[in-house]
Amino acid sequence: MVHIAPSCGWAPLRLRELWEYRELLYFLIWRDVKVRYKQTVLGAAWAIIQPFFTMVVFSLFFGRLAQVPSDGLPYPVFAYTALVPWSFFAYGLAQSSDSLVASANLIKKIYFPRLVIPISGVIAGLVDFALAFVVLVGMMLCYGITPTGNVVWLPLLLLLALITALGVGLWLSAMNVQFRDVRYVIPFLTQFWLFATPIAYPSSLLDEPWRTLYGINPMAGVVEGFRWALLGTASAPGPIILVSALAASVLLISGLFYFRRMEKTFADVV
Amino acid sequence: MNDTAIYLEGLGKQYRIGSRQERYRTLRDSLVGAAAAPFRRVGRLLRGQAGGGANPDETIWALKDVSLRIRPGETVGIIGRNGAGKSTLLKILSRITEPTEGHADIYGRVGSLLEVGTGFHPELTGRENIALNGAILGMRRREIARKFDEIVAFAEVERFIDTPVKHYSSGMYLRLAFAVAAHLEPEILLVDEVLAVGDAAFQKKCLGKMGDVAKEGRTVLFVSHSMSAILNLCRTACWLDVGRVRQYGAAAEVVQSYLSEGVAGQERDLTRHPGRRKGKHILLQSVRLSEDGTPTATFRTAGAFEFAVECAADPQLFPHLSLGFAIRDSMETILFANSMTQYTPPAANTTGRCVFRVRIDRLPLNPGTYSLSLYAGNGVYDADIIDGAILFEVLWNTDLDHLLYPPPAYWGPLHIPLVWDFATIESRSGASATPEPTDGRAVL
Repeated sequence: MVHIAPSCGWAPLRLRELWEYRELLYFLIWRDVKVRYKQTVLGAAWAIIQPFFTMVVFSLFFGRLAQVPSDGLPYPVFAYTALVPWSFFAYGLAQSSDSLVASANLIKKIYFPRLVIPISGVIAGLVDFALAFVVLVGMMLCYGITPTGNVVWLPLLLLLALITALGVGLWLSAMNVQFRDVRYVIPFLTQFWLFATPIAYPSSLLDEPWRTLYGINPMAGVVEGFRWALLGTASAPGPIILVSALAASVLLISGLFYFRRMEKTFADVV
Repeated sequence: MNDTAIYLEGLGKQYRIGSRQERYRTLRDSLVGAAAAPFRRVGRLLRGQAGGGANPDETIWALKDVSLRIRPGETVGIIGRNGAGKSTLLKILSRITEPTEGHADIYGRVGSLLEVGTGFHPELTGRENIALNGAILGMRRREIARKFDEIVAFAEVERFIDTPVKHYSSGMYLRLAFAVAAHLEPEILLVDEVLAVGDAAFQKKCLGKMGDVAKEGRTVLFVSHSMSAILNLCRTACWLDVGRVRQYGAAAEVVQSYLSEGVAGQERDLTRHPGRRKGKHILLQSVRLSEDGTPTATFRTAGAFEFAVECAADPQLFPHLSLGFAIRDSMETILFANSMTQYTPPAANTTGRCVFRVRIDRLPLNPGTYSLSLYAGNGVYDADIIDGAILFEVLWNTDLDHLLYPPPAYWGPLHIPLVWDFATIESRSGASATPEPTDGRAVL
């Protein structure tokens, strides 16, 4: 039996219902992946081109000209290792933030837990991540860098990036339904966030306790974690990652509740 | 509760319609207002209120106090004018939007069909879209795989199943979209007017499929403007009027009173008509239907049809007045329309009113329900338009004795007088030079 009545205030998350709709989630991800590079000349190569050329530009300007330190690693690998999870994050953020408005037609005509939409937007980015990651492995072979045993933590670090992207994406997508201003904020936000994350430079430029506090930006933890697990940077960034995980959880949980609260208005407003 | 499929109690839905901003008195006020507005909106957003820039005071009730009990296996037609709340009711029941008050209990798996082809992606092939659309409509993957061939056959798109649907003709696209939807197997099916698409043959096929669904003992809620579809498919009907249930009961009775209400007293006051399009002026005052001078709302095929429209005539505002009308069938297709632009209101008119009369000697319409839309303007711009100002019914004219039975619906809505000549061809020579002798002739 389904009981329909007006709700008020903060709604429960209803994660079980979300689980029941996992097939729809699967199909939406599948659609996003499939449609993504249709009618593009270079197709899936775009997944590599973007982070790779950003790396080239960073290596030239920050590595060569500005002589930014890179924790004793070759600067290109140093930057690219950070750009791979960053691209995943930035893509997931942009996709999920715009996802509800882009799916307005679906929202107005069919019922399903709306959470499925931003989640599929973030997860579809994993395919691009995998492609860019292959290039990363190639670069590590070129520079003769062997990953450390800490590589086992990589999936968890990726999950942290996913949670961060989803957390921010939930907030922004729900706001975007009513305020299309969000659309204009996103490019600005990602650009700002890119430089607020230790991608072009190492977080070791900061002294403790500031370095640990840097983890409030969850992507700082992700990026430092990736370098530590793959390239074996000297100091384990445990404290940063811990702070990052905490910040990301706060983002995700608050995002989930805000999203659920606004959900009932989506069909009427979007 | 085995005797209930859908139970509604006091269901209501309020919409904010206000897009008007507060009026600013001075430039300073408006500057301050403009500067403060974003902050006010952000504040409202954080408090979790909907509506964005809308003034929260301007609201309408799209649905109000709707209480119904629908038994399992019942097929209920929902009728009413545009804006009566039919679609809102379906949206609430399919949980797309929340009610503002009241509650509804639904016993069983719900499938809703408010639109065909929801979620279709133009870049994906027919095969892929079937899978995607099926999942969106709530089918399991195994269910989709099992019905795949049946869906493709129903849509008649076998040859193009691996072509991206953006290359489909619009007919093929709709057929495929409907085919997926038609193979849904929920216990409760909510259908908005999705049949008003596609070619006639396919529409008939869809109606047949819908009929099957109803016969299988599933509960169906069906919104339609087509009274014949409602009468064909539904045993029960619900008439919604301005958000409230006006009548609920046997389909034939409800349809009958809905049709006769539209034409109550063969005369209708137009000053507060719900079908009025947003306009600057209210010119059209009332409309009256009659046949050979006798007021009526029921006409006969090839019989006389007259109507008179009372209209405000202000020579200051409208030195020239033009009036037009259109007759639509129950699918809202315009069958014919006409207008005249020659009336000049005299300055000495004390009442400020004028009346326009139209007479059609032989009404060329087959039996059915039709609507008369009215238009008034100055010939340059539209001042007042009312869609569906009044409804009327056309019955079969038994005086047309050479046609004993009313033509079936698929002969179309128009009755055109014509002549059939028929003769047997004896020799082929000179056939074009002299007219063939006629063996027989039928004047219709």
